[in-house]
Amino acid sequence: MTEIVLREALKRGLEEALENDPSVFMMGEDIGEYGGAYAVTDGFLKKFGPDRIKDTPISEQAFLGAGIGAAVAGLRPIIEFMSISFTLVAFDQIVNMAANLRYMSGGQISVPMVIRAPTGAGVQLGATHSQSFETWLAEVPGMKVVCPSNSYDALGLMRSAIKDNNPVLVAEPALLYGTKGEVPDEYYEVEIGKAYVTRTGSDVTLISYGYGMRLVNEAADKLAERGVSAEVIDLRSLSPLDMDAIVASVQKTNRVVVVDTARRIGGIMAEVSAELQQRAAEWLDGPVMRVGSDDVPWPYNRGLEREVLTDADDVLKAVAEGYGL
Amino acid sequence: MVNPTKSSSKSKSKPAKSSKNGKSGAVGPDESDVAASTDHRELFRQMFLIRQFELACGENYSKGLIRGFLHLYIGQEATGVGAISALRKDDYIVSNYRDHGHALARGVDINRSMAELFGKATGTSKGKGGSMHLFDVVKGFMGGHGIVAGQLPLAAGLALAQQYQKTDGLTMCFFGDGSTNQGVYHETLNLAAVWKLPVLFFLENNMYGMGSSIERVRAGGIDFYPGLATYEIPAVEVDGMDVLAVKEATEIAVERIRAGGGPQFIEAKTFRFGGHSVADGQKYRGQEEVKEWETRDSVVAFPLKLIEMGLVTKDQINDVKAEVYEAVAKSVEFAEQSPNPDPKEIHNDVFA
Ligand SMILES: Cc1ncc(C[n+]2csc(CCOP(=O)(O)OP(=O)(O)O)c2C)c(N)n1
Ligand SMILES: [Mg+2]
Repeated sequence: MTEIVLREALKRGLEEALENDPSVFMMGEDIGEYGGAYAVTDGFLKKFGPDRIKDTPISEQAFLGAGIGAAVAGLRPIIEFMSISFTLVAFDQIVNMAANLRYMSGGQISVPMVIRAPTGAGVQLGATHSQSFETWLAEVPGMKVVCPSNSYDALGLMRSAIKDNNPVLVAEPALLYGTKGEVPDEYYEVEIGKAYVTRTGSDVTLISYGYGMRLVNEAADKLAERGVSAEVIDLRSLSPLDMDAIVASVQKTNRVVVVDTARRIGGIMAEVSAELQQRAAEWLDGPVMRVGSDDVPWPYNRGLEREVLTDADDVLKAVAEGYGL
Repeated sequence: MVNPTKSSSKSKSKPAKSSKNGKSGAVGPDESDVAASTDHRELFRQMFLIRQFELACGENYSKGLIRGFLHLYIGQEATGVGAISALRKDDYIVSNYRDHGHALARGVDINRSMAELFGKATGTSKGKGGSMHLFDVVKGFMGGHGIVAGQLPLAAGLALAQQYQKTDGLTMCFFGDGSTNQGVYHETLNLAAVWKLPVLFFLENNMYGMGSSIERVRAGGIDFYPGLATYEIPAVEVDGMDVLAVKEATEIAVERIRAGGGPQFIEAKTFRFGGHSVADGQKYRGQEEVKEWETRDSVVAFPLKLIEMGLVTKDQINDVKAEVYEAVAKSVEFAEQSPNPDPKEIHNDVFA
């Protein structure tokens, strides 16, 4: 075991792939000379050269589209976006092309491409730089979407994403790049599409992913102080979504709070809630409680942003409101 | 046409030599210089105000009072001030995230601008926009936009409204060299040309888009204006370090637009003396290049030239400086003392 920050874990996954597979290469804005907006690719240009670490113009539509072409032709491009907010510029390419090509070609084509993008609010970047569009892409058939909350999953999911023969979005919680975690020295992978019970409990299930895991863990600690035993689930993968693991936990605890740090309305947790009411209604002692950030554009002001962003107290409030715990 | 910059196709950017156009040339003062003196002093005041404002922003960023991304305009003052000085009050201005200089040159209130950077309730966007998203619709200052090149279609749309309403107003749209690599840049140029929109595309070519020098990301060298022939948009190059040259070039373009000539394009060669944002360590360029451009610093050179030409006195320059120092200090004080937005504000402004 080694303790490394999440940024290092991602970096290790990328570096390994670049070392072991000559068909892997990277493209993105300022990933080379500059070292990456969040320094994930720092030093890569020197190590792998400009043919494999490609600085692109600020042309998201063009370089994402070029990535699709390269993937169709047998390469394994890894595309970095400076922010998940900027994927909007290339949504046409991602959705209409990358995700649909296989289906439209009757299975003749595959697009083994990884899209990486920092996601989430919390550092006062204002409305255009603080969003969490992994939840949008999670509803596109043909796309896989993962989001690690710790170093172990970051490395394990990155390995799986690069090996996958489909377009995979790896949403990287910007607030967690510097968070430390243990990583085994032996090789391992984290399967895409499998949630993980990070903490077992019997009274209530708390579900989240990415940065939200910090909040549910904090809430679970506070509940424990009051003698309430919380089970905690990390989705890890938004698409495919591991509903079986979620339903199994709810059948045990009979109470559930779903927690998103993205906007509450329409996010992945709306999907989880809807599925739960259909698949586990008879097991539940109360309503599926849903917590998320306010439905407004992200404000810049520190106080306002904090207020809008989901926190552990919101989770505790939902537990109390829904189940009187 | 004004074309004071002889650009080199060498890989490292070089500042252009000082221009020798009529107004700024070594001509002695005459009676018309009284008015010119007032104008020139105002140009200097704006440039100096922007410089001091940006320095204060940097300081307060270090103190943690300004957060988020902060892109300073230091080095480019002559470009924004010269360009905007050629506009009328009813014209629109659209900017990118490096917007403080444009806002101040437009006369957006310095206190409310600083307060916005501090995230305060008294800010131009009530603390909800931040540095990259300054707006003052009353002044025709239509933002402050965070997505590279995302502002270009907005400018075309504003110009479309001006055309539809049969005004002779126009829209000036600022953008950087890096933004010309966005598809939407080319889409917008074409649309504006086809519809003959009253829009002035103003390229601030500061030789870099974040850490990427032009030659690493653009085929065709460091000159952009010749490419506009594709869209049949008249395009000129101007020395962006010379405020009078910029003003003159802009006046000519503005006149053509008002006369129904359709979109015009100006490329100002300029340079940011600092990093892309305050978080930038500038690993991608050498300090010699920066130093060379700094020798052309318009905020230093312009007042010296005015004094030399006998258009203003040293005392007058010092008076302007004193006035600016006070205004900037007051804006920081105003921002500091202003209240944070009420949490009740969170749900306001989502729908009209
Ligand atoms: C669509 C999009 N991609 C990337 C970015 C990140 N970014 C912000 S400014 C910038 C460089 C732009 O350079 P340029 O257009 O030359 O303007 P300058 O900053 O030099 O004034 C980059 C890459 C962004 N804001 N929006
Ligand atoms: Mg630039």
